[in-house]
Amino acid sequence: MFHWLVSDAGQGFFAATMRLAVPLLLAALGGVYCERSGVVNVGLEGMMLSAALAASLTATSTGSAAAGLLAGVAAGVLVAALLGVFTVVLPGDPVIAGISLNLLAAGTTTFVFRAVVGTAGTSRPSPVIDATPVPGLRSVPVLGPLLFDQTFLVYVALAAVIATSVILRRTSWGLLIRACGEHPAAADSVGLDVNRTRFVCLLVSGALAGLGGVFVSLVSSSQFVENMTAGRGYIALAILILGHRTPFGVLAASLLFGLGDAFQLRAQLSYSGVPFEFLLMIPYVLTILMIALFGRWLRTPAALGVPFRRGRK
Amino acid sequence: MTSGTAAARDSGPLRGRVVAALGRSDSAAAAGAVLIALLIGALLIAATGKSVPGAFSAMVHGAFGSTGDLAGTLVETVPLALVGVGVSLAFRAGLFNIGAEGQLLVGGLAAAVVGSDLPSAPAVVVLPAMAVSAMAAGACWAGVAAVLKLRLGANEMLTTIMLNYVATYLVTYLLNGPLRDPSSALAQTRQLSPAAGLPLLIPGTTLHAGILLAVAAAVIGQLWLFRRVWGLRLRVVGLNPEAALGAGLPVRRMLLSAFAISGVLAGLAGFCQVAGVQGRMIVDLSPGYGYSGIVVALLGRTTPVGALIAAFFFGALSVGGQAMETAVGVPASVVTVIQYLVVLLLIARGAAGLLRRPAGVEEGA
Repeated sequence: MFHWLVSDAGQGFFAATMRLAVPLLLAALGGVYCERSGVVNVGLEGMMLSAALAASLTATSTGSAAAGLLAGVAAGVLVAALLGVFTVVLPGDPVIAGISLNLLAAGTTTFVFRAVVGTAGTSRPSPVIDATPVPGLRSVPVLGPLLFDQTFLVYVALAAVIATSVILRRTSWGLLIRACGEHPAAADSVGLDVNRTRFVCLLVSGALAGLGGVFVSLVSSSQFVENMTAGRGYIALAILILGHRTPFGVLAASLLFGLGDAFQLRAQLSYSGVPFEFLLMIPYVLTILMIALFGRWLRTPAALGVPFRRGRK
Repeated sequence: MTSGTAAARDSGPLRGRVVAALGRSDSAAAAGAVLIALLIGALLIAATGKSVPGAFSAMVHGAFGSTGDLAGTLVETVPLALVGVGVSLAFRAGLFNIGAEGQLLVGGLAAAVVGSDLPSAPAVVVLPAMAVSAMAAGACWAGVAAVLKLRLGANEMLTTIMLNYVATYLVTYLLNGPLRDPSSALAQTRQLSPAAGLPLLIPGTTLHAGILLAVAAAVIGQLWLFRRVWGLRLRVVGLNPEAALGAGLPVRRMLLSAFAISGVLAGLAGFCQVAGVQGRMIVDLSPGYGYSGIVVALLGRTTPVGALIAAFFFGALSVGGQAMETAVGVPASVVTVIQYLVVLLLIARGAAGLLRRPAGVEEGA
C-alpha cells in the first residue's frame, strides 16, 4: 500500500483528486457566504459555466491566462448580480430563479460560443494556467502532489477555506452574515442592512464560483466545450449542504467527491471491464447517495430562502 | 407520519405563494414577457451582424410557412406539452421535478425495447404495450427521487438533476452495447417495425397521433386539477403543506402521485419521440425537452392547458430557430436564450406583484 502511495501512479491519483475537487470547493465556498446570509444559491452552475466561457474566450483572444481569469471572475459576479436582482431585490422564488438562470446561461454560452467560433468549429487551444510547484515540499509522499504541485488557484482555494472560516467566526462582518441568515429582523432592528449584506455575499459567491469555472476551462482543459461544467454547480450545491455550510465541512466533502472522480478516471484507464459509462455515473450517484444518507440531519440557517422585507416577519 | 411532516415542511409555503403569484400573472404579463424576450433576441441577432427582419421572417416562415412546417411545429409541441403538463402538476404540489429529461430518456428506451421485442405484433397490441412500458419506466425513474424524498428527506431538485445525468449515461451505455443495432455505425437500436409507429394524422407531413395524446393530457390534467377532489388536495398540499396535514390529507400519497404523474407524462413524451419521430431509440432522443418543459410549465402559469399553449409557442420558436440557422446563419441557440429570458421576466413580474402587496396580507406565519 505504501509503495503505491509513493509510486507515480499514486502521486498522479492524489494530484487528480485535488484537481477535480478544487472547482467544486471554490463554488461551494461561494455558496457558504451566500447561504449563511440567507440566500439560496441554485445559480452556481450558471456562474461556473459563464465564467468558463468568458475565461476561455478572453484567454484565447488576448493570449493571456491572467486576463482570462479576470474575465471569468467578472462573468461569475455578473451572473450573481442578476440572481441577486431576482432573489434579493425582487424577492422571487430563489429556486425557480436559479434554475432559470442556469438554463439561460447554458443557452447564452452556447449561442456566444457558436457565434464566435462558428457553428460547428472548436476554438483554438487557449493559454492555460500552469502549475507552480512549491520546491522541496512537492516530493513529500501523498501531501506533496495533493498540496504542493498544483496551480496557484489550488493554493488560493485552500487559503480561502481558512479565510472564510476566520471571517465567519471571528469578524463582525461574519457575525452580520450569520445574523442575516438566522434572524434578519433582529439584524435590521439594530440598523444593519440585511439585503445589502445578502447582495454582497451573493457577489462574493459569484466571484468564487467564477474562479471554479476558470479552473474548469483554463486548468483542467485548454478549450471551452459546450455545457462543460456538466452539473458541477449542482454537485457543489450538494457539497455545500453535506458540508453543513461550513468552510471545513465543504473542504472535506469536496475532497471526497474529488476522490470519487479521480477513482473513476483511473478505473477508465485501467481497463477494468466495467463500461466507462458506469464509471462516469459515479460522481452523480455519489451525490444522490450522500444527499439520501445525510440529507435530513443537516441544519439550515433559520431564514434561508426567506426574502427580507422591512416590517414583515 | 413524521417523515410526511418533514417532507411537507421542506416544500415550504413560500414556494406555494410564488407559484400562486405566477398563476395570477395574467396572460397580458406573459405576452409582455414574450415580447421583451423577443426584443432582446433581436438585439443578439443584430450583434452577430445578420439582418434582424430577415432572421425573424425566416423563423416565422420556418415555423408556419406551409402545412408541412406547421406539422413540424406541432410535432415539436408534443414532447414539450407532455413534459410541461407533468411539471406543472408537480409544481402545484410544491415539488421541483427537474428530472423530466431523464424520465423521458428511460421512457423512450423502454418503448424501443418493448417495440423491438414484439416485431410481428399488430399496431393495436404493440403501440399500447410500448406506451404503457414507457409510462411505467418514467414513473419508476421519478419514483426513485420520490422515495428518497419521502423516506429520507432528500432534496428532490438535486436528486432529479443527478438522475438526469445517470439516465444519459445509462442510455449511452445500452445503445453502444447490448441494445445496439449491429448493422449500424451509430449508437442506436434497430429500426422498429411499421406497426410500432404512431399513425400520421395528415399524410405527407410528419404530424403523428402524439399530438392527440398531448392535447388529451392537457385537458384531462386541467379538469383533474381544477374540477376534481384530487386536484384540490394537490393544490392544498402545494400551497400550505402544514394545513394539508392538519386537515388530515394524505400528504405523502399526494406527493407520490404528483411525482408519478410527472414521470408518466415525461415517459409518454419519450414514447412519442420513439414511435412518432425516430422509429428507434437514439442517444440524442431529446435536445433538452425535459428542461424546456420546466420553462413551458412556468410560462403556462403552471396550468396544464397553459402549458399546452406555451409548448406550441416554444415548438414554433425552436422549429423556426432551426430554419433561421439554415437560412441566415444565426445560431439557433438564440432561441434558447429567448425561451429562458421569458421565464426570468415572468419571475420579475410575479415578484413585483408580491412586493406591491401591503405588509401582512400574505403572511400566514
